[in-house]
Amino acid sequence: MQRVDFTFLVGGEAGAGVMLTGRVASKALVRGGYWVFAMNEYPSLIRGGHNWFLARVCDREVRSQRLPIDVIIALDEATVRKHAYNLSKRGLIITEDAPEGGKERVVKIPMARVAKEEGAPPVAKNMVALGAFLGILGYSPDLMTSTIRDELSRRGAKVAELNARLALKGYEYGKEHEGALGFTLKPLRSADNLFLTGNDAIALGALAAGMRFYAAYPMTPASPILHFLAAVEDEAEVVVLQPESEIAAINMVIGAAYAGARAMTATSGGGFSLMVEALGQAGMTETPIVVVEVQRPGPSTGLPTFTAQGDLRFVIHASQGEFPRFVIAPGDHEESFYLAAEAFNLAERYQVPVVILSDKYLGESYGTVAPFNASAAAIDRGKLVEEPQQGDYKRYLLTEDGISYRALPGTEGAIVRVNSSEHDEEGFGSNDPVIVRAMVEKRLRKLELMRREVESREDSVKVYGDWEPKVTLIVWGSVKGPALEAMGELKERGVKAALVQVVFLEPFPAGRLRKTLDALARPYLLVENNSLAQLGSLLKEHLCLKPDDILLKYDGRPFDPHEIASKALEVARR
Amino acid sequence: MKNPYSTGRKAVWCPGCGNYAILAAFKKALQELGLKPWEVVVISGIGCHGRMTDYLSTNGFHTIHGRVLPLATGIKLANPKLTVIGFSGDGDAYAIGLGHLPHAARRNVNVTLIVHDNMIFGLTTGQVTPTTPIGVRTRSTPKGNVEHPLNPVLLALSSGATFVARGFAGEPSHLAWLFKEAISHKGFAIVDVLQPCVTFYNTYQYFKKRVYKLEDEGHDPSNYEAALRKALEWGDRIPIGIFYKTTRPTYEELLLKQKEPPVVVKPVDVTKLYRYFR
Repeated sequence: MQRVDFTFLVGGEAGAGVMLTGRVASKALVRGGYWVFAMNEYPSLIRGGHNWFLARVCDREVRSQRLPIDVIIALDEATVRKHAYNLSKRGLIITEDAPEGGKERVVKIPMARVAKEEGAPPVAKNMVALGAFLGILGYSPDLMTSTIRDELSRRGAKVAELNARLALKGYEYGKEHEGALGFTLKPLRSADNLFLTGNDAIALGALAAGMRFYAAYPMTPASPILHFLAAVEDEAEVVVLQPESEIAAINMVIGAAYAGARAMTATSGGGFSLMVEALGQAGMTETPIVVVEVQRPGPSTGLPTFTAQGDLRFVIHASQGEFPRFVIAPGDHEESFYLAAEAFNLAERYQVPVVILSDKYLGESYGTVAPFNASAAAIDRGKLVEEPQQGDYKRYLLTEDGISYRALPGTEGAIVRVNSSEHDEEGFGSNDPVIVRAMVEKRLRKLELMRREVESREDSVKVYGDWEPKVTLIVWGSVKGPALEAMGELKERGVKAALVQVVFLEPFPAGRLRKTLDALARPYLLVENNSLAQLGSLLKEHLCLKPDDILLKYDGRPFDPHEIASKALEVARR
Repeated sequence: MKNPYSTGRKAVWCPGCGNYAILAAFKKALQELGLKPWEVVVISGIGCHGRMTDYLSTNGFHTIHGRVLPLATGIKLANPKLTVIGFSGDGDAYAIGLGHLPHAARRNVNVTLIVHDNMIFGLTTGQVTPTTPIGVRTRSTPKGNVEHPLNPVLLALSSGATFVARGFAGEPSHLAWLFKEAISHKGFAIVDVLQPCVTFYNTYQYFKKRVYKLEDEGHDPSNYEAALRKALEWGDRIPIGIFYKTTRPTYEELLLKQKEPPVVVKPVDVTKLYRYFR
C-alpha cells in the first residue's frame, strides 16, 4: 500500500480565515486517524498582507512540514503567485480565478458566488474552498461538517450551520475532481489524537502540574498561551491576568510563588529582557517560578512573527550576579507538555527560577500527538513545610544540600522573610563577609545538586537513529522536528545517521553529552536556527568540542528537512 | 515590654529621620488592629525605607527597586487571607515604579501602599525625585530642579484608588490612625507620608508650619470632587488626612470569583480540555 504523505497550503490576506480553514481541514483529517503537522506564516498586521498555513498530512507520525506543496488552496490571487513555484508535479491549485497562461493544474471553484447564494458574507468563501479540497480528496464529508460545527460552535449554532452548508456546497464541486491528485483519502480509524501547538502543550502541562496563577503581557509569539488560559480560566480554576508590563508580570508571579502558588509567565525575547532583573530576584530570594520564553528573531523588535533560536546564551546568563537556574528547551509538542509540568517540580525542589525556552516555530506550529498522560505530571513540592512552626523558623537555614525548608507566609508561628539583598538565615539584610560567603556557597551547593540532577536525567540529552552513524546531527529545541524528518530522508538514501538533542541547556549536561557523543562516530554536524551557533559555543565551553560542520539558518524561517538532509549527506560523504 | 512586631534589631537611620516615626506608627497600628505577625506580609522596595522588613517581625519581602506593587498584587491574589502592606519611597513608587501605581489603583487590589515621601533620594546620597519641588538644589540638580513635581494624591485619585490619604511623619499619632484606616480599608489604599530627610532635604519645619488635618475642617471623604480640590491645595496650608474613601469590588474578588485561591495547589484534569484540540 502506498504511504500517505502530502502537503497542502491555505493562503490569503490576513483576516480571510486562512488559519481557521487550515485548522479545520487538519482537525477533520486528524479525527480520521491521520497525522498532521502544520506551520503558519503571517506578517505583523491584522488586515491585508499575506498569510499562509502549510500542513503536511501522513498516515504515520509526522514531525515537520516538508516542501513541495501538493494542493494550494488560494483564497486570493497573490497566493497563486507566491506559492505556485513550490507546487509538486502531481499538485494542483484550488482557486476562484486562475491567472491566464499558468502552467499549473487548476481546479476553479466559484467560492464567492456560492457564499453569496447561501447568504453568507464574502469572507465565508474559505469554507467553500475547504469543502472543495476535501471533496477532491474524496474524504468523509461527515467528519468535515462535524469538525466545522465543533470549531465554530463558540460563534453560535447558526454561524456553524451556515459554514457547514457552505463547505458541503464546496465539497460537491470538489467531488467532480475526485482523484485529481492521483489518490483519494478515506478515514483510517476513529482517532482521539490531539492537534495542538507547542504553546497549547505548555499551557496544558502547566495546568496538569497545578499552576493556578498566570500573569503575562501580550507578545507574539507567546500570546496564544495567554489566550488559551484566559479562555479556560474558570473550568481550569486558574487565575489569569494581563498586567501593565512584563516587569509587572514576573514580579506578580514571584509574589504569587512566594505566597505558595505555582505561578508562571510567558513572553518572547523583548519581554524577557524586561524581566531580567526580577529573574535575578527569584534567584536571590530562592522563589520557585516558571518563565516561558518563546523566541523570535531579534535583536530588538526584530521579526515579530517569525522564528529563531537566538536567545540561548542570553537566557542562560540573564541578570547580574551568579545564581542557579534551569533552562530547558523542549523540541516538540510532547516535550512541551511534560517539561512544562516538570519545570514546576524542578523550580520547587531546588527553589530556583526555571526558564522554558521555546520558539515561534514550535510554539505556533501544530503537531498531532496521542493524548498526554496527565498523571505522569506528579506534583513534587520539595522541602515545603505546611505545619505551624515553633521557635525560630529560618527561611534561609544553611543546610548540607543548600536547600532550605520553605514555609509559606500565613503559616502560624513562621515568619517568612525573604530578601533580594544579600541576607542571613532569617532573611535579614547582611553584608557580613562570613554570612555573604555562606549564602553564596549555599546557592552554589544548589547549583551542584542541579548539575547532578541534569547529569542523571535521561531526558537531558536524547539520542535518535543509528548507533553506528555516518553522520551525527547535534540540535536543540525545535530543530528536532525537521532534523528527525531529515533522518528519514537519509535512511531512504542509505545513509546511517544519529541525532543528538540537548534538552537541558543550564545546567549544561556536559558529562552525559560527552558520553553520548563519544559513543557516536564523527562527523558531527551542528544545526541551529541562529547565526552564531550558540549551542556550538556551549560545546566548546563545556566539552572543548568542535563540530565538523555547522548548518545555520537565520532568515526567520525554520529548516525544511531537505536542507538538513542535503547538508548531512555532503558531510557524511566528505 | 518589647513590641510584638519588633525584631529586636536596632533600626539604623540618620538620627531624626522620619522613618523612625513611620515605623513606630505602623507597629502601633498593627497592634491596635490585633493582627498576628504571620498573617501580615510587609513588602519594601529600595531606598532608606527598604530596611522596614528588617525591623518588623511580620512576614517580609524586601524586593528590587520599584516593584512593591506587582509583588503585593501577586501575593494578595495567591492568598487573599494575608494582610498585604507595601512600603515604598518617592523614588521607588513615583520614579522607577510609577508604571505600577495607577494600575494597582484602578484594579482596586486590596493592599495598602505607604510611601515614605521625603522628596529626595536619600540612600543614594541626595538626588532629585519626581516629588522634589522646583528650584531645589540636589546632587543631580546643582543649579536647582527644573521639573514640575508630581502630585501623588491627585494621581491616586484620578487613577481610581478607593482610599487616598496623606500623613506627616511629624504627626505620629495621626499617622498611626491613618495606617489603621488604610489597612482596614477593603480595596487599594495609599498613604503618602510627608517625611523630612534630615541629611539631604530637611522639610520638618516647613511642613510643621503648614500641615492641617482634613478631619478638623469637616472634609467629607466620600466626596470625590472635594477630594480633588483638596488634592490641589499646596502652599501656605497643606492638608493631611483622608482625602477620599469609597468602595468597589476588589481585584481578588473579581478575579477569583468562586475559585479556591491559587495558594491551593492542585492539578487540573487536563483531559477535560482536550476537546479544544480535537
